[in-house]
Amino acid sequence: MQGRRKRAASLRLKCGAWDGTVPPMRKKPMVQETAESLAGRQREISVSEFFLKNRHLLGFDNPRKALMTTVKEAVDNALDACEEAGILPQISVEIQQTADTRFRVSITDNGPGIVRAQIPKIFAKLLYGSKFHRLRMSRGQQGIGISAAGMYGQLTTGTSTRILSRTKGSKTAHAIDVQIDTRKNMPTILKDEESDWHPVFYQAAIDGKPVEPVTAKSGTCVTIEMEAAYVRGRLSVDEYLKQCAVVNPHLQLHYRIVLTRAAARDEEEGRKGSKAKAAAAEVAEEPAPGNDVPWTTFLRATNQVPDQPQEIKPHPHGVELGMLMQMLKNSPARTVRAALSQDFSRVSEKTALEICERAKLNPKANPTRIAHQESEALFKAIAETKLMRPPMDCLSPIGEAAIEAGLRKEIVADFYTAVTRSPTVYRGNPFLVEAGLAYAKPGDNADLTAEEPIRLMRFANRVPLLYMAGACSMNKAAASVNWKAYGLSQPRGSLPLGPMVLMVHIASVWVPFTSESKEAVAHYPEIIKELAFCLQECGRRLSVFLHKRQRLAEADRKRQYMELYIPHLALGLKDILDLKDRDEQALVKQLHTLLERTHLET
Amino acid sequence: MAKAPKKTPSRKPPASKPASASDDSRPRLVTRDEASTRIVNVGREVYTDVIKKNRKPTMRFPIRALSNVRYDIKRGHFEIRGKQATRTLTYNTVKTFAQSMRLLATTKKDLLDKQDIAGKREIYYNSKSWAECRFDEQPESDALLDDMEAMLGVNREQLGYIPEERGGEVTGPLIVVDRNATTGEVVKINCAKLGSGAWSIPSRVEHLSFDAKGAKFILVIETASLFQRLVHHQYFEKASCILISMSGVPTRACRRFIRRLADDQRLPVLVFTDGDPYGYCNIYRTLKVGSGQAAHINRYFCVPQAHYLGVTPQDIIDYKLEDATHPLEQADIKRAQDALKNDPFILHHKEWQAALHQMLKMGVRIEQQAFAKHGLNYVLEHYLPEKIKRQHFLP
Repeated sequence: MQGRRKRAASLRLKCGAWDGTVPPMRKKPMVQETAESLAGRQREISVSEFFLKNRHLLGFDNPRKALMTTVKEAVDNALDACEEAGILPQISVEIQQTADTRFRVSITDNGPGIVRAQIPKIFAKLLYGSKFHRLRMSRGQQGIGISAAGMYGQLTTGTSTRILSRTKGSKTAHAIDVQIDTRKNMPTILKDEESDWHPVFYQAAIDGKPVEPVTAKSGTCVTIEMEAAYVRGRLSVDEYLKQCAVVNPHLQLHYRIVLTRAAARDEEEGRKGSKAKAAAAEVAEEPAPGNDVPWTTFLRATNQVPDQPQEIKPHPHGVELGMLMQMLKNSPARTVRAALSQDFSRVSEKTALEICERAKLNPKANPTRIAHQESEALFKAIAETKLMRPPMDCLSPIGEAAIEAGLRKEIVADFYTAVTRSPTVYRGNPFLVEAGLAYAKPGDNADLTAEEPIRLMRFANRVPLLYMAGACSMNKAAASVNWKAYGLSQPRGSLPLGPMVLMVHIASVWVPFTSESKEAVAHYPEIIKELAFCLQECGRRLSVFLHKRQRLAEADRKRQYMELYIPHLALGLKDILDLKDRDEQALVKQLHTLLERTHLET
Repeated sequence: MAKAPKKTPSRKPPASKPASASDDSRPRLVTRDEASTRIVNVGREVYTDVIKKNRKPTMRFPIRALSNVRYDIKRGHFEIRGKQATRTLTYNTVKTFAQSMRLLATTKKDLLDKQDIAGKREIYYNSKSWAECRFDEQPESDALLDDMEAMLGVNREQLGYIPEERGGEVTGPLIVVDRNATTGEVVKINCAKLGSGAWSIPSRVEHLSFDAKGAKFILVIETASLFQRLVHHQYFEKASCILISMSGVPTRACRRFIRRLADDQRLPVLVFTDGDPYGYCNIYRTLKVGSGQAAHINRYFCVPQAHYLGVTPQDIIDYKLEDATHPLEQADIKRAQDALKNDPFILHHKEWQAALHQMLKMGVRIEQQAFAKHGLNYVLEHYLPEKIKRQHFLP
């Protein structure tokens, strides 16, 4: 038996297809399941349990990414809350390393605050939120993010999520500790206190002079402790916040990270902290005293809160059959005609009638009945009917000026431009794309070298996307543009090379992400086409700039060349004609004028 | 004896002849002062353009190429036509312009004013003191010298530039009267009494005078080896001719020497080269009517009285030399076709067209030495005497 198994295994190994599992013992009798026995084990799966097992779907696949995702979800929520309340946002992000692989993340905002009753559900119930059921451009979509971050912290450290919140005009703030009951997807409140907490924002010193901390009247602070890792670089919290500042020029952002002494020392030593050393130091080291670590502040470039986008009804062309049935069933309207014109955008009474005629339906029929029996005909008729595009005021672009300001603020370069396209539609969802570009003179910006690919910053509804660049349609669109035509070198089928930062923004009521972790935008042809047009326009402007610069450099080169020989010409003439020095100088001057007139003016 | 083309041979004292005749036959002697004045005029024009007329200065010079020459039958050489190249001062020409000015200045100050001479290569090295204006390679300075020569209408020998190439050796019944350059003492060279050697033509020949009483014609030979054979057997005595070896395309000095000698002593000139397109179109044609490149000075350097003795394509057949030939190479064919299309000299002479067509048809070329097939001395015992007797020459 033993020998046979061994041989079987080695045989498989030889074949090179052994999948690592030991072949099942043949002797064990198979238990036959019955419908009844199966039924005993069949039960509901809570979304919390599902995401606990599939945490990579939410962006918690590794400790480093977990830290970034937590900050991202909290900052997104804070920004959405501030903007909806029309408050000029001020956000503070503090990360404190409590042990080698443990970090405490606190995000404070000056938003409107949250009423006591809602706090537990918002922070400890997955798929709970204000944004899922409406068609409106916002950063958050599903109501998963921050709860998932809390769940991740709870899973890895056993601690609870702490929320401090103060609404405007209230006498006290609430301090609540919650955990999530993953079985039931329900919050468990561990502590619920009144507190005199106020959101406080510490600002970086300007020119060495300390700036007084600012206290806000309302706001929320969420603190989560979790297992995580901090690594600098393109995929770090630092980069995320920097891009956030670029894309939200109205945001005042404060940030600091307090590492343990060991980690801080490792950082210093070439930033390659050996894990063994850090682990050894873990026991002895206390977290570094927080107060001496300076804050970094990303100052706001504009005091204009972006216009609040309007909420819209779904456009018929973006609705699928199942959803159409659902909407008809739930419609308060009495007739199909009324249901169509009231529940959808861009359907007038007249258009509704046209749709009904096309579907050979009685416009006065009960929508609930139609939903059950003739919805397919109706669906077909809708697809065949010409409709106006969905309203576009549901989108709030950053705007060309603001994009440029954001880039100028955070990136050292000598050419900036931005393009905002007018809105268009994919699958009935309005969307628009914007792009900005910062081109540095080679050598001026150490971060941007001429030999490396350009840096592409991707944003969806003003949220920076750091991961899964390769899978994103923004990346694909940027690579599909022929940048050679605009003066950059570009390896076939990839991003161009050059000292350039390219930022691309998609704003939509429903950004089609490839997964719940919102890292990449799906490849809709309409989106890629719009992106390409937008980038091409940026490219054309860049090319104008590069050509001009090239022309100037060329003129400079020519001038230098001519300046080299003009004195010789004059000297020759002086020798031939026995001129005086004064005449020679006049000659040189006049020759300059003559040559520059024809060669250097354009 | 071949009838020399009707030509007015010039006598030594130019004053005794009409100026035009003298102009035709010898370089109009330009004094150093006059050459200097011409340089100043060029400079003044540039200066006036810049300072007074406030416009970009230009330099004009005749285009020196076959496309800009015309075969002047009356004078018997390639005469330059009116086409001129203009070099306007621009970004692209500023360096050349500056170099031209400095070259003119050097020529005036160092050569003409100081009565000095310089070689082409010396001038190239002299430019190394001009900093960024220097010539990087000698061909650059050579080209500018040619430009200057054409622009001033003075050949460079008269500006004080001495050619570095020498070429041409002479033997035969001729006494050359030369002068010792330092003492001025008259030196007479008897070219008949040089033993097995020959007298080599100096780079400047204007001051020489001749006495060739015993000579009936001048035989110009392409290769040195055949020349040696004729000298070795004292052919010049037997045939009463002056032998001149060119060693390839004749140098300016050699051409000028033949011209002066032929004019002075009223001697016909016969040319004996390899029978190939290079021998016909480059060596012989250049000797007789000049070249495109030196179009502006052809009138001094041509030998209009020259006639072509051989080796002609017909000679290959007449002397049964078919098995002593070589197939024409691609370059030969191209050269011949080119000449048939573009060379004004060939285009003028039907005989030459026929000869070239015949050669192309036969597809072979022949060397002067090929007569050795019939015996080493066949060429001087049979070929040359027969040819000269029958006067079967090409124009």
